[in-house]
Amino acid sequence: MSNDIKTATYKITHTTTYRYGETVPVCHNEVHLTPRDTDSQSCYNSRLHIKPHPDVVSRRHDYFGNQVHSFSIPEGHRRLSVSSTSRVDVREREVTATAKSPAWEIIRDGIRQTHDQDRLEALQFLFNSPSVLASPDLREYAEPSFPAGRPILEAIGELTTRIHKDFKYDPRATTVNTPLEEVLELRRGVCQDFAHLQIGCLRSIGLPARYVSGYLRTIPPPGKPRLIGADASHAWLSVFCNEIGWVDVDPTNDCFINLDHITVAWGRDYTDVCPIKGVFVGGGTHTMSVSVDVEPIALPEPTENGFESVASTM
Amino acid sequence: MSMTLNGSKLQTGASLFEGYAPEAGVYDEYFASRGVLRPHARRFVEELNELSLEELTRRRDQAHRQIYENAVTYTSHDESERVNRPWDFDVLPLVIEAHEWQRVSAGLAQRARLLNRMLVDIYGPQSLFRSGLLPPQLVYAHPGYQRAFHGLLTSDDLYLHLCAADLARTPDGNWWVVSDRTESPSGAGYTLENRLVSTGMYPDSFRARQVQRLAPFFMALRDLLERLASARREHGQIVLMSQGPSNPNYFEDAYLSRYLGYMVVEGGDLATRNEQVMLKTLGGLRRVDTIMRRVDGLDCDPLELFGDSSQGVAGMVQAVRSGALTVVNSLGSGLLECPAFLAFLPILCRELLGEELIIPSVPTWWCGGKSELDYVLQHLDQLTIRTCYRDVHREPVVVQRLSKGQREKLVDAIKARPADYIAQSEIQRSHAPVWLRSAVESWPVALRTYLVASGSSYICMPGGLARVSPVAHKLDISISSGEGSKDAWVLSDGPVPPVSLLNPPGFVQELRRSGAELPSRIADNLYWLGRHAERAEGATRLLRTTIARMTGEAVAGNSPEVSVLLRGLAEIGQIEPGYAVEDMRQHLPAIEVALPMAVFSDTEASSLRSTLTSMNRTASLVRERLSNDSWRLINRIYHEFVGRREFAQSDLNRLLEQLNRLIIDLLAFSGLVSESMTRTLGWRFLDLGRRIERSMHTIMLVRNLLLPLEDREAPVLDAVLEVADCSITYRVRYLNNLQLAAVLDLLITDETNPRSLASQLVLLCEHVDNLPRDPNLALIGEEQRICLSALTSVRMLSAEKLARMRSPDERQNLDKMLGKIASQLPRLSDVISSKYLIHAGLTRQLTEFRSKAPEESGLPARMKGDATLP
Repeated sequence: MSNDIKTATYKITHTTTYRYGETVPVCHNEVHLTPRDTDSQSCYNSRLHIKPHPDVVSRRHDYFGNQVHSFSIPEGHRRLSVSSTSRVDVREREVTATAKSPAWEIIRDGIRQTHDQDRLEALQFLFNSPSVLASPDLREYAEPSFPAGRPILEAIGELTTRIHKDFKYDPRATTVNTPLEEVLELRRGVCQDFAHLQIGCLRSIGLPARYVSGYLRTIPPPGKPRLIGADASHAWLSVFCNEIGWVDVDPTNDCFINLDHITVAWGRDYTDVCPIKGVFVGGGTHTMSVSVDVEPIALPEPTENGFESVASTM
Repeated sequence: MSMTLNGSKLQTGASLFEGYAPEAGVYDEYFASRGVLRPHARRFVEELNELSLEELTRRRDQAHRQIYENAVTYTSHDESERVNRPWDFDVLPLVIEAHEWQRVSAGLAQRARLLNRMLVDIYGPQSLFRSGLLPPQLVYAHPGYQRAFHGLLTSDDLYLHLCAADLARTPDGNWWVVSDRTESPSGAGYTLENRLVSTGMYPDSFRARQVQRLAPFFMALRDLLERLASARREHGQIVLMSQGPSNPNYFEDAYLSRYLGYMVVEGGDLATRNEQVMLKTLGGLRRVDTIMRRVDGLDCDPLELFGDSSQGVAGMVQAVRSGALTVVNSLGSGLLECPAFLAFLPILCRELLGEELIIPSVPTWWCGGKSELDYVLQHLDQLTIRTCYRDVHREPVVVQRLSKGQREKLVDAIKARPADYIAQSEIQRSHAPVWLRSAVESWPVALRTYLVASGSSYICMPGGLARVSPVAHKLDISISSGEGSKDAWVLSDGPVPPVSLLNPPGFVQELRRSGAELPSRIADNLYWLGRHAERAEGATRLLRTTIARMTGEAVAGNSPEVSVLLRGLAEIGQIEPGYAVEDMRQHLPAIEVALPMAVFSDTEASSLRSTLTSMNRTASLVRERLSNDSWRLINRIYHEFVGRREFAQSDLNRLLEQLNRLIIDLLAFSGLVSESMTRTLGWRFLDLGRRIERSMHTIMLVRNLLLPLEDREAPVLDAVLEVADCSITYRVRYLNNLQLAAVLDLLITDETNPRSLASQLVLLCEHVDNLPRDPNLALIGEEQRICLSALTSVRMLSAEKLARMRSPDERQNLDKMLGKIASQLPRLSDVISSKYLIHAGLTRQLTEFRSKAPEESGLPARMKGDATLP
């Protein structure tokens, strides 16, 4: 690694605990909890702790290249905890000046005409997926940001800013199953809704976009200590931009992402990369608690042109 | 004798085909032109003509009866009493010449090889997309394209194990493929049934005609399943996974599984442990190696696929991935049914197999291509439009039949999302003579035939399921559409060797006894069948005795036992408790009206009718475990009882007559069980149910009818003896000297009386002692303790005690003792259920990522607008 590339190192702990009112005799689970390696990120020392002890833990890469662990607990239990820890190096991304990116139609048209490996891979993210259905309403919402010939990064940046402005962050407004039309109607939601919304907008005008799940480093208010375990999992999206590659944007925070975002997995939408899913028997009522801790181990020195300003280049 | 045919009276000996006119402009399967038979059909028609019309009609009726009987045997009647075969059976077979079929079967085998190659590529390297042979969009946008199935097809083996082709014959006599069925093609069971019925109908023709047999096809299927199952261990377990009796395919599931010799299971019978799929049985979990699925691939695993499916088993995909399980067809095979693929098959065949496609597909255009879209929009009126992705609720749209407005709407829809649509030319199907109505008519034909993987290629079934309808396009809707179905005979050039799925002579079968491999669900249903059957009998007996006493001569007033009996009826929920009052004389007229209504009530859960309905339903869930006679009897019991409702409700005497018949039938069922059912665990569970129910009924009779007695006892004792089926025994022992103590002895303690409580408890003890248990456990189980304790307390009753029953204290003691047993029996039922019958309750999803309440949220509640964010 050359010295002028900036790197941030994090230790991440993500613990999910389910508590059941009655004994669960058996459960089967699949988790996406290990940060993947990407062009700008390396994950090492990753561990998964499951209590009670499962029979077999299988690890594989799913269709999208994410790491998946599946396991079953064949014995009665009233509490299940899944804890994932890892260290991740996040490298500074190369920033393309937004105005120099290609016109968005070039990407739209190219993806349907050329089937090289990169475009084929991107093509998957153009079509409807379980939680994101393209629609005329979404297209209509997106279109003002995509006039003919506009550089794609500029257009995406503006769309991101508009979503950030038009939609209110409100964890009480939606659930994991709230359909996109309703989010569009309510103009409220959480990061998952905003990511889905922007993906839907982009697909509706013919641009491929994928859902990214991960974490975000949070910075305590000045003078306050960092609270351990008070972080959370996060979601944003990534857009295919031909030679520039995939560009990640975060509509919840109105930024292109860089050193503060840690990628775990990507897919067509949330359903492809759900952190924990499972099927269980019995159990009565159950509750879930999540704690995420993103601890910076090493951060690059902030400079005038440092990562903080990169995130707000738009 | 004469009969009406084709509108005119024909004398005996008239030909069936007189007056039959082949349709102009289409290919007729029998006639080259009017009155001129095609050579291959000639011999069959001549043989038909040798039979008199009466004889033919008789055979036709018999064939229909056989099909009805099969439906009764394999499917449950629903409340509307419809037999759920989708079509009538037409006795005139579709006859196909040997040489012609050779070409068809070679063409379809080629097609199956091609489809298999496509499947392996799509769920593997996807080179077809890069090479431009298949538009990737067709797959990526397909809702049935499941990423979880990617990478499961790893060897050179055939992964498309079983498929079907829907065929149509054009006026020039050539066969075309209209669609491919690759998920889990249905209809093979009906094909087999058609064949068995038509063999019975034309035994001579079959001997002489050299019709190719279907058995080799099914043998190939069985060979395949066994090869797959034994890949990992000897005698691997094969099961047929069904969607259950409520699904219309269940007939075929049951029929095929019996023919092939595999167990039918449902998703709920299976569980996964250690990445293996297991069958839940009384003896614990047993490994399953191969599943022949009749469930859509997407519904097979609620963990990795659609979470709302209750038909699958969580972890199934991982079991396939780990190599512990083979699924037939491979998960994902349904994708090949996408009709847009038809447009690409010729070029794919050339590129992948290096061959020309032998059997063409109906001309198909995928509107996702620009020039294709233009063509389709220009020629819309000659085309049929379908959506690309199979949607069972949407029929193909024949554009010509649309109104102007509908047409415009369709054009808009196609233009908005062209890639979602395909267009096809309409095919002018061949016709065949059909004898479903009074005359033989000429109707369009559809033929579905089947292919099974064998070695490196496929074996085509010689024949298939032919369907007919007077309206051609109805045949395109689904396999169950159309009005009639026919057997399809493929003739042979030479003699047909006899083949059968039975073992060859000299085969030495290893001797076996059935054991603990009984699926828990089956045991559960048998247990409840026993309970419902006995409950029905108890209620019927009590009703019969009561009504006999009400309608007898003594009804004028002094029949004190009637009010006692009514109390019993109220106790078991047959009438409203309000009627069971001491002075019921004034209520009698009302009871005479209310009682028959109550018996036939379908809203009261405990009415006799409801009990019989439950008995019928539980029996239908285990019909593959019941003999044909038992199942027919159970069906008859239910249908006769409900069918004669009007008659029996009209007055008490008729109701009494009906109850008498019902008792005989219920006894016949219990006789069949005791004489014909092998003493397997299944039988034990059925009998457990019966014994528990009879114990409770006897205790109810004693506690409610006998113990509260004061005086005027004799008529009540007499009535109770009759209810308990002990009158004769009592009379032989004691003549007419009716005494409470002697009656109680007979009903409770006499172990020589098969109806006594003691006898039931002895049998219960024996049953629970023989259930499978962990040999390492010390001492006896709770279910054994309950039975033993109840039996002991009954055996400890002394003759002196029974003789002192005039004392209220003694009666109270007995009542207390019986009450204790009565409270333990439901406990026994629960213990057995939880120990043997319920390995798992309902499965649930663990997907909540966040709820609306922020404190349980997995999300950053303070993310947005946080001043400290970059």
